[in-house]
Order: sequence, then C-alpha cells, then structure tokens
Amino acid sequence: MTRSITNQIQTNRGKRYKMKLFKTLVTAAALTAATFTATLPAAAQDPGPTAYAEALKDKRVLLVPMAMGFDLAQGWAAILQREVDAFGGVFETRDPNWSVEAGAQAITEAIASDEKPDVLIVMSPDLNSYSKLMKKAQEAGIYVLLIDNPANFKADAYIGSDWTELGRLEAKAVIEGCGPDSSKQIGLVQGDQVNATSLFQYAGIMEVLEEHPDFKVVAKPDSNWDATTSRNVTTTMLQQHPDICGIIDFWDGDATGAAAAIRDAGKQDQVFLVTTGGGEKTADCDKIEDGTYGAVVMTELKQETYNMVTIIKYLLQSGQAPGTSSPYLYTLLKATTKDNLRPDSCWDLKALQADAGQ
Amino acid sequence: MGGGVGTFLRNLNQERIVLVVTILIFIAAIVGLPGFFTAANLISIVRSIAVLGILALGMSVVIIGRGIDLSMVAIMAMSVAWYLQLLNDGMPDTMAFALVLGGVLAIGLINGFLVAYADVPAIFVTLASGSFVFGYVRSQLIPSDAVPVPDAHWVEILGGLRFLGVPIEVYLFLALSGAVFVFLRFTKWGRYVYYAGDNPIAARNMGVPVRPMLMLRYALSAVTAFVAGLLTAASLHSINTRVVNSTLLYDIVLVAVIGGIGLSGGKGGVRNVLIGAALIGIMLNAMTIIDISLLYQNLIKSTILLFAIIVDGLLNPRDEQTAQQGDI
Repeated sequence: MTRSITNQIQTNRGKRYKMKLFKTLVTAAALTAATFTATLPAAAQDPGPTAYAEALKDKRVLLVPMAMGFDLAQGWAAILQREVDAFGGVFETRDPNWSVEAGAQAITEAIASDEKPDVLIVMSPDLNSYSKLMKKAQEAGIYVLLIDNPANFKADAYIGSDWTELGRLEAKAVIEGCGPDSSKQIGLVQGDQVNATSLFQYAGIMEVLEEHPDFKVVAKPDSNWDATTSRNVTTTMLQQHPDICGIIDFWDGDATGAAAAIRDAGKQDQVFLVTTGGGEKTADCDKIEDGTYGAVVMTELKQETYNMVTIIKYLLQSGQAPGTSSPYLYTLLKATTKDNLRPDSCWDLKALQADAGQ
Repeated sequence: MGGGVGTFLRNLNQERIVLVVTILIFIAAIVGLPGFFTAANLISIVRSIAVLGILALGMSVVIIGRGIDLSMVAIMAMSVAWYLQLLNDGMPDTMAFALVLGGVLAIGLINGFLVAYADVPAIFVTLASGSFVFGYVRSQLIPSDAVPVPDAHWVEILGGLRFLGVPIEVYLFLALSGAVFVFLRFTKWGRYVYYAGDNPIAARNMGVPVRPMLMLRYALSAVTAFVAGLLTAASLHSINTRVVNSTLLYDIVLVAVIGGIGLSGGKGGVRNVLIGAALIGIMLNAMTIIDISLLYQNLIKSTILLFAIIVDGLLNPRDEQTAQQGDI
C-alpha cells in the first residue's frame, strides 16, 4: 500500500503542493488501509496504460512475407512476435513460400475471415500484384503496412529500404573496391525485370556510374534470384570480360552463385563482389570475414522491425481510418566491408529465435 | 539427287532436327560471338548443363518406361538440404548419409509402388510425392530455405576438384551418361525398359517383371536426383530449397523431350539427352554472352521447343498405335 501511494504521488506531479499533507497522512493511511484491498481513485492514475491496453489488446497483426524461410522474414517475425505478445495482441504469419498466388490467397482470406486482422504487414513480390487486394484490405478497415518491397499502392506506411539509395551505395562500394588503377569494368547480376527492388537498385547503380564515366558496366545478366543461374552467368561474364574488377549481385540469396564462379575462376583477389542482404550473421558477416563478399549493403533488421512496431502502436491508437496517410520510413543502409566489420554488425538468427522462444 | 533430299527429309525426326538446329546455333555463335569458341567457355557450357543433364538422364529412363517423375527436383533439393542439416546438427557423416540415402530410396520405391501396384497415374503420384517431400522436409527437418555445407566437408572439397582444369561434375555427367547408355543398350534389364515402355501388356505376357522394374526405375531417378543435388551443393557451398519453385523441373522434361524422347514411352536413349542438353546449354550460354534478358531467354527457349514439336508433328504424324495408347 505504501508503495502504491508513493507511485501515486510521483505520477501526480501537478499536485506536488499536496505532498507535505500526503506525507503526514502516509502513516495513518497505511495503517488504516492495510486491511483493505484498496483501489486507487481513477483520477489519480496515469491514463497511458489504460488507453494503450484498450487500443492494442487482442488486436491482430498478420505478416505475409514472400516466404517465411529466409533470414529477413524470420528476423521480422521473431521481433514482432515478442512485441505483439507484450501488448496482448495476436501475431500470426502466413507462408506463401515464394508463390504470388499463395500470398494473394492469404491476403484474400485474411480480409474475408471473421477474425479480420487489424494490421496487415505485406512484403509484395512486385509493384502491382497485390495493389488491388491491399486497397480492399484498407476498405475493410485494416491498416496495411508495406515492407521491404515497394508497390504501386498508398500503404499506411512503407517500411524498408530505399532501393535506389541501396543501389547507389553498392555502386560506390564497388568503385572503391575496384580502385582508381583497376580495369574499371563492372558486371551486374540483376534479379529480374519485374521486382521493384531489382529495378530501383539498377537505377541507383547507374546514377552513380554516370558520375564516374570511366567505370563501365560490361554485362548485366539476370539471375532470376537463383544461385545456380547466378553462377552460370557469372562464369560466362568472367570469361567474356576477364578484366572485370567488380561485380554487384542484387541479393545475397543468390550471390553465393556469383561467389562460386569467382572462386572457380581463381579470381578472388581480382574481383570485388558486392551484394545486399538483411545482415544475418551466417549469410553476410561470416562471408565478409572469409572474403567471399567484398562489401554487403545491409539493412538494419532490428531498427526496421522496431519501426514496424512503432507504426503499429501508433496506428492502432490514432483512430484514423486506414489509408489516411502514407509515410515512407526508410531504414538506414550501410555498406559493410572487412574494414568496418564489427562483432555487432550482424544479427544472429538463432539467437534471436531463441530469444523469442520460437 | 532429288531422291536424296527426299530421303533426308523423310528420315528427319525430331532428334535430327534438333541436332541440326544445335549445330546451326553453334556455328552462328562461333562466327558471331568472340570468346564463345574457347576451351574455357566450352567447358563452362558443359558444366552449366551437367546437373540438368544428370537429372535428365534419370528422367529419361523413367520416360522411356512410359512414366514421368515430377518429384525429382524436390528430392534433389530436399534430400541434400536434410543431409546438410543433419551434419550441421552434429550427426556423424556416414550415419547421416545412410539415413538420407535410405529416405531417397524409400521415396523412389513408394513412387514406383503406387504407379505399379496401385495403378495411380505416374504424373499424379510423383506430383504429390514431390510436394510431400518438399513440405515435410521444409517444415519438419530444416529451419530455413538455405542450408550451408559445413566447413571443409567432402561435399565442399568435391566442388573444388578439377582434373586437367575441368570441373568434376563434367566427368560425372559423362560417366553417368556412359553408365545409363550401357544399362539401356546392353543389359537385359535395360532392354526390358523399352519393352515395358512400348507395350507394357505384351511385355508382361512374355514374362518381363514389369512392375518390379517400374519400382526400380523410380528408385533410380530418385538416386540420380540426390547425386545432382550433391553436385549443386558442392559448387555453391550451400543448397537453397527455393530451386523447387523454379522452372528446373520443366527444363529437365524439356531436355529429354526436345532431344526426341517421346512422352509415350519406348523411344529414345542417352544420345537424345545429350543432344537436348547441348542445345539448351549452347543457347543459354550464347544468350548470356549477348546479354539477352531473362524474359526474352524464356521466350526464345520456348519458341524453339514449339518449333521442334510442330516440325516433328508434321514429319511424323500420329499413327494408330499412338492414338490408341496416347501420350502422357
């Protein structure tokens, strides 16, 4: 009881003048109230927790990434799970396993279900596939957050990378990795020609290269995000242009293939490989350390996920209708190389999952 | 002279058409693309289609016996992913390998059993078992899409092996081609594959163990898939199960069919696989050198396949027998 009163005093700062009076009453109050399970007067309470709980409790958050089987999605899910559990909400995921149709079905079902989600977090496979569905979700009163992959849609927030900037950073990294005395020939292993991440990355890279006209892109095949394809096209590229000093592969998920081709050609010392990823330890930092990758432009996964958490908490308390505003919350990007690699540059998926009790 | 051309045209079957197309593209590439006709590039062509070719060998044995195995890519990726996961979890190598090989054989035999004894069409059995293998392994046995090869493991060393500067998978592809060739051409069991594929009922009447042989073929294609998966992991130092969603499965069928192995069974051999693989390999390599984007690559690939099928249809019209037994 004494403790509750102390709390009460602390939280009612406007009533500090009463403190002396209170203090004299403390002993007496403690003695008389000790026998009761007393409830505090409502006016004396911090309104925050109640408002917070009312707005967030039992709210449903649904994550629909392109697949659950890769580091970013597992990282997002681990942190979201912990945070949503903490405010008493319900967190669920759907695993379309890289199928656009399965993802569309998951979103459709979510909109139609009796227990509609309150917040839908979508990683879109391309610019257009889910645009109409996400609009429908908003019309059904669901806040829609777009993550990692941009789309032609006014989401309640876009949280992820500025892919053009990411491309610029990759280009700068490869220019630095090649150096001024190199052949200045660069190869690109693009993803595909429909995914926004691939298109915007390319735009960013070309923007920087325009400022460095002595650097030339000598080949720019697609990997279709597949490691074996990446290996085959990189092998051909290295044979056609033996002087290449740097390669940018558009995703660490398939850059293992480009790395294999460079290794097979015995050109680890000559070719500087740049890629991008979610900064998971085994996928990125370990490979920077052993020299497989020269530089990786990484997304700060934790910050990115906490940005989602913040906007979820904000939206659910805002009372605004879905679709009211559509801010872009870009995550800070950084090119990590051997020189600036620190023990905490990456996050460890296993540790994070153990933390979230998964 | 006119008779000669006539005979040549009459003898044109799909295999020869594809061979001619392949040679034409090859010559065009030599003339038009500097850097194409070099030892290093030719080796990389063979290497790029080695895994595809090995899978197509397994597939063609099944197709010749009038079946199809749509579970190959799932078996290839998931068996190796499971194997590597067991190793990463600390299981002794021999035990892990035996366990996975056992699993691979079991899936192959189950495929064969359902087709042979339960009389379920192969296309449904293997489609379902492929999904099952993927779903079960992915959800129960491995935590994420990509599984790395442990450091200094023999699979990693295998990927770096070279003889005379040529990667090991090229030799393995050639060796397996030789083995399958000998099996199909010179062994009794190999001839039975053709009999069973051409006319299963007649083969059974003359005493060929049609149904056990069928199980053997699916077990064989499953093991071939496992080998192809090991080679993939050897080169990339990891296996990514996303390959199951790729067009690899269609490419396998494409290699077999474009080379002239009829889907109605009983026709074709290793030579057809090699021709089909050569066409795909040379085409992909040339298109990469020219820097054609993937969308157009797929368009060109499928146009050539359509062309081959149409010409084959014109030159070798469906006969009564095909009409009766039908294609898959």
